[in-house]
Amino acid sequence: MFDFLDLDRYDLFGAFWTTVQLTVFSAIGSLILGTLLAAMRVSPVPVMRAFGTAYVHIFRNTPLTLIIVACSQLLALTLGMTMWADVGTDTMGFRLAVLGFVVYTSTFVCEAVRSGINTVPVGQAEAARALGLSFAQVLTMIVLPQAFRSVVAPLANVLIALTKNTTVAAAIGVSEAALLMRDMIEQEAQLVPIATLFAFGFIVLTLPTGLLLGRLSKRVAVKR
Amino acid sequence: MSNLSVLYDAPGPRARRRNVYYAIGFLAVLVGGAWWLVSTLQDKGQLEWSQWEPFFTDSRVWTTFLLPGLENTLIAAGLSMAIALPLGALLGIGRLSDHWWVRVPAGAIVEFFRAIPVLLLMLFANEAYALWTDVDRSVRPLYAVVTGLVLYNASVLAEVVRAGVLSLPKGQADAARAVGMRKGQLMLYVLLPQAVTAMLPAIVSQLVVIVKDTALGGALLGYSELLGSVGLIDGNYANLLAAFAVVAVLYIVLNFLLTSFASWLEGRIRRGKRSTGAVLTTDMNEEMAMAGDVPGATDGAAGGGGPGRT
Repeated sequence: MFDFLDLDRYDLFGAFWTTVQLTVFSAIGSLILGTLLAAMRVSPVPVMRAFGTAYVHIFRNTPLTLIIVACSQLLALTLGMTMWADVGTDTMGFRLAVLGFVVYTSTFVCEAVRSGINTVPVGQAEAARALGLSFAQVLTMIVLPQAFRSVVAPLANVLIALTKNTTVAAAIGVSEAALLMRDMIEQEAQLVPIATLFAFGFIVLTLPTGLLLGRLSKRVAVKR
Repeated sequence: MSNLSVLYDAPGPRARRRNVYYAIGFLAVLVGGAWWLVSTLQDKGQLEWSQWEPFFTDSRVWTTFLLPGLENTLIAAGLSMAIALPLGALLGIGRLSDHWWVRVPAGAIVEFFRAIPVLLLMLFANEAYALWTDVDRSVRPLYAVVTGLVLYNASVLAEVVRAGVLSLPKGQADAARAVGMRKGQLMLYVLLPQAVTAMLPAIVSQLVVIVKDTALGGALLGYSELLGSVGLIDGNYANLLAAFAVVAVLYIVLNFLLTSFASWLEGRIRRGKRSTGAVLTTDMNEEMAMAGDVPGATDGAAGGGGPGRT
């Protein structure tokens, strides 16, 4: 039944490894950018607030596929921003895909962090201000640490969504799992076993993430 | 802490001056970035008026490429919504059933399809239709896109429905039972109508996901929707940036209309009924969010935490 599984011909583990790498790099990038955006959206400077709001609304309502395809066709092929990789190589596609995922996913991270800030009791920030801390100090030393502890579960959901979203990189030819699946179901006449195999692969990737981070979220939650 | 100004004091003269410096610094960075972008675009000739002109002067861009693309996007999204919403409600209620032979299969279906990328479902459906049905080649991508979107989003919506019903105060179900309602009546006349109000924000963010995900069909299945029209326009007018920009704006406007309609509807429903106070916040309902984990679901009197997967 599994005779289609010719590992010399189809680099199954390599494809899923690419998926994992895409997820990890994009997750780190969007966590940083998303937190910055959240800080901007609650900052006392109106220009930063406006920028943060506009960014989130624009990119959250644009299809991820459009962002990824635009990264490849517009940024790389038309404008020549190849992310310090040779044109047309797999590295270039990979880096562009990570860029696109970061741009898109950071909007969801931003919203999650911002709602985490909302769960911190007002008294915390008031007490910090009473001590004479500045906005940056209040945010980085008092509010954000507590906010992050309350948004582990939502951020885990964003991470799981990102894992599944990395399949969109197939649209610009990054050789990750979805692209391999498309090749395989075209070449081999065994649709159901192949599809089951890839579905299983993604369940293996997403299920432990959800369980582990779910446990972590309970452990680090601020008891109130 | 919904009033975020608690994070900083009302600015005095020094703070105000400092904020102005911050604003100037930030603007400088923004303008620098924009200038670099514009000059790069200028070098590549993407900003010339001739590139953008067709969208304003040549109606054929709209009638030949954009509007048919938009129509196909709307068809795929509309069909998927029309099928996924009732199916999701059924699956969600099924998971709450008292009978294990309803509850377990419904749970298995929901958990399975929620864990798989929607693109894999589309690819599978596309090939499955080709192999086992005589669906015509020309409509096969549409079928595949709708099938993938329905399977995935119905599962997510099922979780939203379940979370909404569970977030209602327990007294509602108790009272309905006390007046002698059967289980079906209890769900249909008491729980679901209230849950819908509470769930509306989460449901709408899922509908936005459906609209956005139709673009996958254009990129990978050859479904000629809005994103697919970018390539066609660029092929005819050689204006890639302009085509991408216009199409992105169309998507954003479409989703904005959907969101505004929903908040209008929500306001209408809320005004008409006394709320139970159970509200699912949409803020963190990331598109594939496990609805049960949405904080705010626990704000309902049901308490005890959402029915999360953890």
